[in-house]
Amino acid sequence: MDIARVFREEYGRAVSVLVRAFGDIDLAEEAVQDAFAEAVKRWPSSGPPPSPAGWIITTARNRAIDRLRRESTRAERQAAAILAVDEPGEEGVVGDDRLRLIFTCCHPALAPAAQVALTLRLLGGLTTAEIARAFLVPEPTMAQRLVRAKGKIRDAGIPYRVPDDLAARLRPVLAVVYLVFNEGYLASSGGELVRDDLCAEAIRLGRLLVELMPEEPEVVGLLALMLLTASRSAARTDTDGAVVLLRDQDRTRWNRHLIAEGQALVRWCLRRGAPGPYQLQAAINAVHSDSASAVDTDWPQIVALYDQLLAMAPTPIVALNRAVAVAEVAGPRAALAIVDDLNLDAYHLFHAIRADLLRRLGWVEQAADAYDAAIARADNAAERELLCRRRETLTA
Amino acid sequence: MKQYLLSVYQPDGDLPPAEILEPIMRELLAWNQELRDAGAWVFGAGLHPPSTATVVRVRDSELLMTDGPFVEGKEHLGGFTVITAPDLDAAVAWGRRLAEITTLPIEVRPLQGT
Repeated sequence: MDIARVFREEYGRAVSVLVRAFGDIDLAEEAVQDAFAEAVKRWPSSGPPPSPAGWIITTARNRAIDRLRRESTRAERQAAAILAVDEPGEEGVVGDDRLRLIFTCCHPALAPAAQVALTLRLLGGLTTAEIARAFLVPEPTMAQRLVRAKGKIRDAGIPYRVPDDLAARLRPVLAVVYLVFNEGYLASSGGELVRDDLCAEAIRLGRLLVELMPEEPEVVGLLALMLLTASRSAARTDTDGAVVLLRDQDRTRWNRHLIAEGQALVRWCLRRGAPGPYQLQAAINAVHSDSASAVDTDWPQIVALYDQLLAMAPTPIVALNRAVAVAEVAGPRAALAIVDDLNLDAYHLFHAIRADLLRRLGWVEQAADAYDAAIARADNAAERELLCRRRETLTA
Repeated sequence: MKQYLLSVYQPDGDLPPAEILEPIMRELLAWNQELRDAGAWVFGAGLHPPSTATVVRVRDSELLMTDGPFVEGKEHLGGFTVITAPDLDAAVAWGRRLAEITTLPIEVRPLQGT
């Protein structure tokens, strides 16, 4: 019995049930940690119980009541809550508890950085140290962020409830999961290009959201997008750890299982016929994953999907990505005209994409300047390395 | 039930002309009545401009007064309402209506001990 694995899988579930029962996140966390400490002591000799998850929840619940009895002030405050505690619910009810907790963690009254930290801590079961490492902040800073966020939930009365306006409140939930994924996949700073553990955690959270809200197309779209993106991670760097662009990737190294799962989800979304930004991005990635090579890619289809995405999410980043596809259909000059209209000077990929378009037009000097601008703005060492190499080959 | 302070922050300077202000005041009155009808109203008031404020300090048991508000800025606290609400979502819903009526930012802040 791997207790660490049970911890990762069951921590969020147990905390959710206890938060519902006691209305106190700190108490829920302490009690669940007590229960796991008990498991570490007992299970190796006695063997694991028939239902480890149920054992953890029951033990944590008893520990929480013990704690309340010991701490008289808390006990008074929570007296009513104790009376309301029932036995751990059925799976369906437990699922609802986790769903409630997600909406609490991702409440729009909390700053995005706090939403991410709370979600990873309470639902992902990551330790404060792990979250701090993943986001490259000192551990005391992350601990402070969590304490402050939990304090606001308690004092400002952020509810523990699935909201009525689900569509609007779903947005920050999906944004948190996608941000965790991108932080893992793009690793904005530092040396390694992919931090697999964060990607895996985001996909795990994405699967949980689909399990809890199987009928929400954007929830399914987000999972599909992450699976299809992750399917290329092995091909994204060469043996030296240098970045390989999509068009140069060895497509035999793409993960066929993740592609098959992602494409099946995209097909489900298409049948539902309620497109949204995540579904469209997933569909764009599904087109890529269908193509044997960059040349064989159905670029007009990709441009059409970007047109839809741009209508829904008219951001300069979407326009920039659309321009890359336009270059394949209408040539680099048409794409450059689009790119030059965008106000994205601070974004390294804006300059990198401009540089590649200028190179294709044969405007070597301007391309070199654009590569320099991109290199100056790239925080990730592996990406900087790729840009430097591309700049060097200009004059070769 | 918790209590929340809803603070209205308005820009310094002259109030808007009557033809703009009057419909706003009418809607504010209706909003206040709605709060009372819902049993959510606790207390509220509009404030005279910051130029009428006095800051009081005590140094070596001596009273010191300064003319004007504590914080000088481009915006100031123009008025406030204390409401009761079951949770932040309910308080924010009241605050949202207030923001729509006044077109001003509203700070929603929980009161201690509630």
